[in-house]
Amino acid sequence: MNTVARIDPRHAAGQRLRERLFRGATLAAAFLVLLLLGGVAVSLLAGAWPALAHFKFAFLTREIWNPVTDQFGALAPIYGTLATSALALLLAIPVSFGIGIFLTELAPVWLKRPVGVAIELLAAVPSIIYGIWGLFVLAPILQRHVQPWLIATLGPLPLVGKLFQGPPFGIGVLTASFVLAIMVIPFIASVMRDVFETVPDVLKESGYGLGATTWEVIWQVVVPYARTGMIGGVMLGLGRALGETMAVTFVIGNAHRIGSSLLAPGTTISASIANEFAEAVGDLYTSSLVALGALLFLITFTVIAAARFMLMRLERQALSSV
Amino acid sequence: MSTFNMKRMLVAAAALAACSGATLGADISGAGATFPYPIYSKWADAYKQQTGIGLNYQSIGSGGGIKQIKAKTVTFGASDMPLKPDELQQAGLVQFPMIIGGVVPVVNVKGVQGGQMVLDGATVAAMYLGEITQWNDPRIKKLNPTLALPATAIAPIYRSDGSGTNFLFSNYLSNSYPKFKDSIGANTSVQWPVGIGAKGNEGVANMTAQTDGAVGYVEYAYAKQNKMAYADLINTAGKKVAPDADSFQAAAASADWRKAPGYYLILTNQSGDKSWPITGASFILLYGTPPDAAATGAALKFFDWAYKNGGKMAADLDYVPLPDALISQVRATWKAQIKGVAAM
Repeated sequence: MNTVARIDPRHAAGQRLRERLFRGATLAAAFLVLLLLGGVAVSLLAGAWPALAHFKFAFLTREIWNPVTDQFGALAPIYGTLATSALALLLAIPVSFGIGIFLTELAPVWLKRPVGVAIELLAAVPSIIYGIWGLFVLAPILQRHVQPWLIATLGPLPLVGKLFQGPPFGIGVLTASFVLAIMVIPFIASVMRDVFETVPDVLKESGYGLGATTWEVIWQVVVPYARTGMIGGVMLGLGRALGETMAVTFVIGNAHRIGSSLLAPGTTISASIANEFAEAVGDLYTSSLVALGALLFLITFTVIAAARFMLMRLERQALSSV
Repeated sequence: MSTFNMKRMLVAAAALAACSGATLGADISGAGATFPYPIYSKWADAYKQQTGIGLNYQSIGSGGGIKQIKAKTVTFGASDMPLKPDELQQAGLVQFPMIIGGVVPVVNVKGVQGGQMVLDGATVAAMYLGEITQWNDPRIKKLNPTLALPATAIAPIYRSDGSGTNFLFSNYLSNSYPKFKDSIGANTSVQWPVGIGAKGNEGVANMTAQTDGAVGYVEYAYAKQNKMAYADLINTAGKKVAPDADSFQAAAASADWRKAPGYYLILTNQSGDKSWPITGASFILLYGTPPDAAATGAALKFFDWAYKNGGKMAADLDYVPLPDALISQVRATWKAQIKGVAAM
């Protein structure tokens, strides 16, 4: 008995020191992230300052982007960034949801692994590959087969028709959204699959036991249980779509204009920076590009904050309903 | 003028591989334009084999090159867009042309082969302003009385990435059509009122090839090596010229460099019967009073060697070497303006 209780004091001191060191190291690692984030924010703001001070609020509200006369406004890239990301999510969420549900609830066991691995492999394809594929393969198909059909059938409609008018260039906002959707599907789908797998079998079996159909179990048991995680997956995809650069640059048409049609060329914040930064001469021009970067930072930050807020509210609801 | 064609890239890659073997302290350092990068690498490779001195050239773009030389982090900067004489003086820089290239309009019109169509600056500018919208427009017909031109809509394709190609082309359109100058102007990126932007020569080429009725513009070497359907142009002498090494050199030779302080001369719309109207030089920037005279001397030795021995290599990659008279003028400039360098 007394051999167990006796602790060597030197050994204990060493252990305490080790624990303190470890604690310090992890703390430093955590602070490093904050430091980096702060550094990025500060240098972006410093670089953007000349442009922001010169154009003031008009930088956000003007569509003009003219390096010859040094007149810059970010409205077209902001619009392009938000429009392509929103459209991409609109296309990607139903597909990803389908993949997640199929893999967890409906697929035969032998099919689950191959499909699951294939989706993860899709996430590992470099974005430039998507860009080149979009330009050389997808764009001609859209130009020859899909866009003429869209223009002919949806173009004449009132209201939505405006979105599908104009010449079929093959590249433009719609094509960029397609490519983005394909790029974010693996992220959203794999998160959805993982959260659907966390739904306890007991819950599902109780549902079936009460005579519920598969449809009812999915919508009334699985989805409500996994709701927070699903939103997390969507936000992950949105974050990727907002910042994607190379793939979009290849297929969006790179025009600093806001077209009323989805088939028209546009630009995004990251595409503009990638296109123009290397050859930008002049302080105001460079600074305006950095200001675009700062705006993207702000947009992404807002999206993440909004997602956090939504998740918090959902969790509170879930707690109060229990 | 960033480039992406296989032949040049391979040469550049081979040169890089050769350079990475042993790094000497005496390497020449430079940064800037992407357009001349393949030929600078090829020269550097040959030069290293002869002398053991390597070149560390970062092709980060003309804007970056100008910034780097002003920050004195490199021995020389390289730019496709020449700096204005007063800007040179302010920074204490000496500027000279190193290699010549040009831009070629390409078209995709049903039934029209390469070299069959003739255009002029004003007509092309009107296409890029959205004034001429169909290929059977009377202004195009007037230049091509024998071609059967369809009523296809014109789809102008432009380079979306900032580039010397954009600068040359917009400069040419500005010089040829006052309305373009007033509403758009010339720069490495401009605000095109119509059309779609594609990334790099390869993007423009691809979009032009896959869009019926497209008009685009690419670097000369790219158009040549990919056998694209180029258009001939009417130059300022009123003559029809085809894009080839002779017409580029003719433009460079007919330019009056003596009257251009700091070699600030853009070779668009040069006089001379044979001159290709969209020609341009790529420039080198050095300090007149170098912070490191030995390094600048080594760089000048390399440039001198390239002028002497580099012509054939440049032609192999479809660049155009400078005419001889211009080379001797540049050598005189080195003697007169770069101080404390005994090498020359």
